[in-house]
Amino acid sequence: MISYLIKRIFILIPLFFGIILISFLVIHLAPGKPTGIQTDLNPKVSMEVRKRLEKLYGLDKPLIVQFKDWSFRLIRFDFGSSFIDDRPVWDKIKERMPITILINLLSLLLILIIGIPLGVKSALKQGSLFDKTSSSVVFLGFAMPTFWLALLLMGLLGVHLRILPISGIKSIDFEFLNTGSKIVDIARHLALPVFVSAFGGLAGISRYMHQGMLEVINSDYCTAAFARGLPKNQVIYNHALRNALIPIITILGLSIPGLIGGSVIFETIFAIPGMGRLFFEGVMARDYPMIMGLLVLGSIFTLLGNLLADIAYAWVDPRIRYSK
Amino acid sequence: MRIPTLNPSNYKNYQTIGSFFVFLIALSIIFSCLPFCLIDNLGYCQESENYGDTIIVGSIGDARTLIPILASDSASGDICGLIFNGLIKYDRNINIIPDLAESWQIKNNGLTILFKLKKGVFWQDGAPFNARDVEFTYKKLIDPDVKTPYSGDFEKIKSFNVIDDYTIEVTYKEPFSPGLASWGMSIMPRHALEKEDFNKTKISRSPIGTGPYKFKFWKSQEKIVLEVNKDYFEGRANIDRYIYRIIPDQSTLFLELEVEGVDYTGLTPLQHLRQTDSKFFKNTFNKFRLPSFGYAYLGFNLKNPLFQDLRVREALDFAIDKNEIIKGVHLGLARVCTGPFLPESWAYNESVLPRKFDPKHALELLKEAGWQDRDGDGVLDKNNQRFEFTIMTNQGNDQRKAAAEIIQKRLKDIGINVKIKIVEWSAFISEFIDKRKFEAVLLAWSLGRDPDNYDIWYSGKTKEGEFNFLSYSNPEVDSLLIDARRTFDQEKRRAYYNKIHELIFSDTPCVFLYVPDSLPIIHKRFKGLDPAPVGLGYNFIKWFVSLDEQKYKRIRILE
Amino acid sequence: MNFLKPLRKNKLFLSGSAIVLFLILCACFAPFIARFSPDAIDVDNILMAPSLKHLMGTDSLGRDLFSRMLFGARISLEVGFIAVGISLIIGMLLGAIAGFYGGFIDSLIMRFVDLMLCFPAFFLILSVVAILEPSILNIMVIIGLTSWMGVTRIVRAQILSLKEREFIQAERIIGSSDLRIIVRHLLPNTFGPILVTAVLGMASAILIESSLSFLGIGVQPPTPSWGNILIEAKSTLGIAWWLTVYPGLAIFITILGYNMLGEGLRNWQKYE
Repeated sequence: MISYLIKRIFILIPLFFGIILISFLVIHLAPGKPTGIQTDLNPKVSMEVRKRLEKLYGLDKPLIVQFKDWSFRLIRFDFGSSFIDDRPVWDKIKERMPITILINLLSLLLILIIGIPLGVKSALKQGSLFDKTSSSVVFLGFAMPTFWLALLLMGLLGVHLRILPISGIKSIDFEFLNTGSKIVDIARHLALPVFVSAFGGLAGISRYMHQGMLEVINSDYCTAAFARGLPKNQVIYNHALRNALIPIITILGLSIPGLIGGSVIFETIFAIPGMGRLFFEGVMARDYPMIMGLLVLGSIFTLLGNLLADIAYAWVDPRIRYSK
Repeated sequence: MRIPTLNPSNYKNYQTIGSFFVFLIALSIIFSCLPFCLIDNLGYCQESENYGDTIIVGSIGDARTLIPILASDSASGDICGLIFNGLIKYDRNINIIPDLAESWQIKNNGLTILFKLKKGVFWQDGAPFNARDVEFTYKKLIDPDVKTPYSGDFEKIKSFNVIDDYTIEVTYKEPFSPGLASWGMSIMPRHALEKEDFNKTKISRSPIGTGPYKFKFWKSQEKIVLEVNKDYFEGRANIDRYIYRIIPDQSTLFLELEVEGVDYTGLTPLQHLRQTDSKFFKNTFNKFRLPSFGYAYLGFNLKNPLFQDLRVREALDFAIDKNEIIKGVHLGLARVCTGPFLPESWAYNESVLPRKFDPKHALELLKEAGWQDRDGDGVLDKNNQRFEFTIMTNQGNDQRKAAAEIIQKRLKDIGINVKIKIVEWSAFISEFIDKRKFEAVLLAWSLGRDPDNYDIWYSGKTKEGEFNFLSYSNPEVDSLLIDARRTFDQEKRRAYYNKIHELIFSDTPCVFLYVPDSLPIIHKRFKGLDPAPVGLGYNFIKWFVSLDEQKYKRIRILE
Repeated sequence: MNFLKPLRKNKLFLSGSAIVLFLILCACFAPFIARFSPDAIDVDNILMAPSLKHLMGTDSLGRDLFSRMLFGARISLEVGFIAVGISLIIGMLLGAIAGFYGGFIDSLIMRFVDLMLCFPAFFLILSVVAILEPSILNIMVIIGLTSWMGVTRIVRAQILSLKEREFIQAERIIGSSDLRIIVRHLLPNTFGPILVTAVLGMASAILIESSLSFLGIGVQPPTPSWGNILIEAKSTLGIAWWLTVYPGLAIFITILGYNMLGEGLRNWQKYE
């Protein structure tokens, strides 16, 4: 297992390098192209923006030097200062990271708690009404655009029925509540976003679980186990389920970029001050340092997520765990 | 106060006199209470039972700076108005009354103003206020390294003499009628700021003033929190806390209003007419409809070759149907405007009539200017160049976006391709407006009470951060602007401004679109409101919530 | 034509293709079916509920929603086709090279695939669109450039398994060039598996385009897109249900249709 892990970690290095390279390319799409620069006849003024970008990215130096500088700055998490308020990008991101991470973790949890049992049960009751209904629901869930779902829920629960708050993560008088109420307050604010964020993932996991379970239960070793008279539950939960769960770990890892990307939408709709909305604000303000910073960070999270998934996979799959 | 400010068009902001210093300063009534309130242990002050609660103000734009002389947008202006004071301010009927100045004398036919300052006024960090602070503010205003758009008024000063700690004599180079009004400018603390570099951001986020509220903290794009200044020289304001909540989206802002997460904000016409008549709204909020103090316009970057031919600009005016915009976007809650003055102002020239909607005539004018559809692609062209440009406007304002779309459609009908670009407010100002990186903009001006708009139209006011970002230049207008400021005779001034109105209208540096109504809505628990000619917020420190209705617990104000 | 028989019984395939076909018809005949021009502003009829005159009501500038929806279908289809087209071209190219030549080039290409998979696609798309300014062309190209990875893997896998088969050996023996082998023999055999990916890719492209338009950096006004109509829906939540329901439903049904079609095809291939 150790050697497997070491190999995995080793691969991260060129990937990280690749991230730096690609983000470097993306930045170079930008300077010199903001609209209006050609029509602006005041050279002194347009020079200002150029100078700022130049200073930030060292654009006047040879490409290799630029690249070296960019790499070193990324390693130190120095993404420059936001164009909006000149605060360091990294500081602004740090403020907003915890919320996004919290919501995404809660979503993942929800996906696992509901998706896995759903998939398992419908596999076991293959062909029954339960299976058919849940398959259809899952299928529909797959196709549902998250922002539409968010709008519908917002309109229904937020405006018409008024049972859940529809924006932000705390009420205005948050500071005056006792600890218990504080937790409830945050929970109520997070209910809709977490649900919307988890919805699509739920459908996916449930389907994979369903297929995985079916495959495993119909495989030879399970049939053999049944034939030998092992109790049904033991076969299902101790043997089949464990094996079916293994690929799920990889899938979870693969769904992290989707979750991070999706957070832009629901954080904007629900006015949650997280990384996704920070990204959207950066886009609306053409705040290039912020956009780049979040792009690189998002990729790093994805890498980490995959690494964790790999570690979990290695631990869970006995073939790897017990190999050299 | 004729200090103009740029307006992200939170409708409530239209009432402000381009001003962070007039927005909520009340006057007369406090005199009767003041002596009693100073006696702490008596607790006899009429208002003391009504201290408390918090008001949450909703805004779609965040402030950019809390240094008052650098604040050109109304969000920054609103907050500065609560933290700072000027030498003078306005009462409910738009008359100039004392603020930090206790009294003044105008001498030498208006060339000199002698100010006597109030004694016993303290900065929020405890230091005493005196004439040196005023001198410091003045020096910064005329400092060429400080990017303030308000320097113009103060450059007219020939000499500034501090006679003693509480007496100042200001002498102008020539008679300057907006002079007295210009001293509504917020005064800044010398002891706290004299060593600072005004163009760096640190001090713009931690202001110290003399005003009714103290700055507590500012979370970018989220909220700004102010706490009441117990030692305010006019008497402590009733509402303990002022929270400026930034929700950059009009619909989310409205939803927050509906769940009472916001107490005071401006409504859109649609919200005012169609969404706030339910029982819940009638029971919980008071809504108002007031004339606003600003106008919206489609401004052209006059340095751009596309817009340099007068006929082209006139054609664009003919091609846009202003009434359609007023009806479609404002549902009738707005008025047509033909020049850079408010229709109620004494300076407005009634005889200047708007150009009627006439796309045919527009096409003729464009043809004269050389623009025709020669290649049959539906778009006008000239010298193989298509007539295309981008209109920029700020994020979060659906009315401006809708107006832009209507303009886009009307211009498409005559063969002009328009793209619309929407940018977040503070980036819009600092990256595109200040740096003149635009082709056309759809924006609004919030005007001061004095019609002097030298800062916007004078041809020299084109430095970065200054207000003539369209780069308008007309020597006749320049000299009229100067003349109008030189005399104190209102009739003479009216004649000058009428002429300016005529000239600017015919020069068409922008298409004047409309003057929207201001549609504020306030939670019913706030009492003491007075919709006055000067606006709704002038007596903000008198607003109160009676104890039994207070929503947010009284906070202990830490010394 | 025996292999088509299972298709006829395949419910998923049938319903999916019915939906997609309907969509294509709407898009093609939009100018003929629509009674109003999609950008005809009519300030006297703002936010009218659905009626006989305006089948789906009007938006906040009085434009007929039904007409806008029809033209929005065009945008969705266009984006879907071109984005998927681009991803297919890139995917087949890279997958073929990787699978056929193997070795170092294969590793390089597959590492590149892994790299691209590291970026949250939506973030990458948003960044590029923000920097390059939104336009339909930019969106289509960018979506295409971020979704070729799956195609590459499938093509590569197929080619790897087919590479050593006899008919390919035969071609080599008679001296056919590599290019000929790849293009005329190997690639056509990948069309089957790719088809499913392509169909599902269309759904994904349409979803991404609507999300971008909803955020305001996708299709720009006045061009109608189901996503950018939903922007208005948010402002008028509570007073104009038709602005929320119809465009969202359209996106939902379209994606559903493509998913069903894709699943149907996949099931068909499994039994082939």
